[in-house]
Amino acid sequence: MNAKLRSIISKVVPRAAVLVLVILVWQLVCTLGQIPKYMLPSPMDVAKAFQEDWLLMLDHSQITLLETFLGLFFGILIGFLMAVFMDRFALMRKMIYPLIVVSQTIPTVAIAPLLVIWLGYQMLPKIVLIVLVVSFPITISLLEGFSSIEPDTIRLMQSMGANRIQIFRWVKLPNSLSYFFSSLKISVSYAVVSAVVSEWIGGTKGLGCYMTRVRKSFASDKMFAVIILVSVISLLLIWLTNVLQRVCMPWEKINRKE
Amino acid sequence: MDALTVKGVTFSYDSVTPVLKDINLTLHHGELVCLLGASGGGKTTLFNIIAGLNRPEQGQILLNGEDITGQSGKISYMLQKDMLLPYRTMEDNVALPLILKGMKKKEARRQAGEYFAQFGIDGTQKRYPTELSGGMRQRAALLRTYLFSGQAALLDEPFSALDAFTKSEMHRWYLDVMSKIKLSTIFITHDIDEAILLSDRIYLLSGKPGTLIGEITIREPKPRPQDFNLTDTFLAYKRAIITMLRQESSVIS
Repeated sequence: MNAKLRSIISKVVPRAAVLVLVILVWQLVCTLGQIPKYMLPSPMDVAKAFQEDWLLMLDHSQITLLETFLGLFFGILIGFLMAVFMDRFALMRKMIYPLIVVSQTIPTVAIAPLLVIWLGYQMLPKIVLIVLVVSFPITISLLEGFSSIEPDTIRLMQSMGANRIQIFRWVKLPNSLSYFFSSLKISVSYAVVSAVVSEWIGGTKGLGCYMTRVRKSFASDKMFAVIILVSVISLLLIWLTNVLQRVCMPWEKINRKE
Repeated sequence: MDALTVKGVTFSYDSVTPVLKDINLTLHHGELVCLLGASGGGKTTLFNIIAGLNRPEQGQILLNGEDITGQSGKISYMLQKDMLLPYRTMEDNVALPLILKGMKKKEARRQAGEYFAQFGIDGTQKRYPTELSGGMRQRAALLRTYLFSGQAALLDEPFSALDAFTKSEMHRWYLDVMSKIKLSTIFITHDIDEAILLSDRIYLLSGKPGTLIGEITIREPKPRPQDFNLTDTFLAYKRAIITMLRQESSVIS
């Protein structure tokens, strides 16, 4: 227990020290350099902005979070179904895979305005954007997980009379979980950023809209505050994904140790 | 009636160069038969055919007189590596064939659990395979094979991945378990000593395409007496096998 505590301290202390140092230098630069607040707000200013606007930000973040979760849900669902489909039909895989790769090279900021034109200012274009961003990496990682199985394992299952669905249920699915979670961890932060970006383009509520408003009024302190908030939300979601992974894959911890 | 009969099996992957030619063998109930031959001689291919994963071009596979050619899921098959799934506990790994047959998880676990002590892996039920030694995992793999079908089992070099000490320990354990459960078994090996030590009968497979070039019956009490592999009898068997294999290869060259 003592050793565990010591290892936690040895991890946390250096990180916290760097953070404190950065904030201190930042504050010093602002006060001593007499930089105007609209150019670079000091940490104190940002903290004040938080204090002033936190209820408003909370309100906006509810919308952003709702979009994020809905987008993630449908993105994962579609990604999963596509992966299963492409795994089952090799021809489909050959046909669709390049399309997916190409689609990933299109910048999100370019699609977002188009989606607004097509789908309006409501929540739908935001969710669609997140689905587009999330589902393809999930598809690709799941496919990789499905095909990384040793042929001998499949042979053994077949010799036990397992059918396609049983092989999927007992071998392919659990085997692809670790691939799925590593892409999910990236996807959740992409999802938050995509939600914010699409709110910039058009919308009435959400952290992205709030961002546009404070930018237009040169309230840089509030801008910094909301950026920090978005980062914190992303980090929390990544942490949540880690917890979920640990719950879904209890064997991981033991296997890693061995 | 014989437990398993292989009748005139011929096979090729490309229908041009045969891998196996006219293989005939029988396995009696409760018998332990060994298929001995060099690596790459078509032994595993023959197992795939018996297990129903590949269909022979000619010939038949009979299980207790019933034609099962090309049908998988009838005969249990154990591969060289233990092939335990790293994300399932030992009991869930072992119970897998029962679950595949449609048994409820709880019942499958209970049935599998009854054999853990007999197979010398009691207490490992809730552990994951990576936590256990190669020998223990191989025992679990054999138990899984047995639970899948108690009728006939195919073991493909089951002990070849183990170190020498674990291997001889596993041989002793294996003969002990087999004397209790009386599983009719064919196993593949390229180790002549192992073949003499474990089996009731040995088929020699050689050549390209693979054909059976001889059959030797080991008439020794089981389990074999201690240090059997140091006796003259043992050496006589070994000499006979080596001579047969050498004659065959000289014919080819």
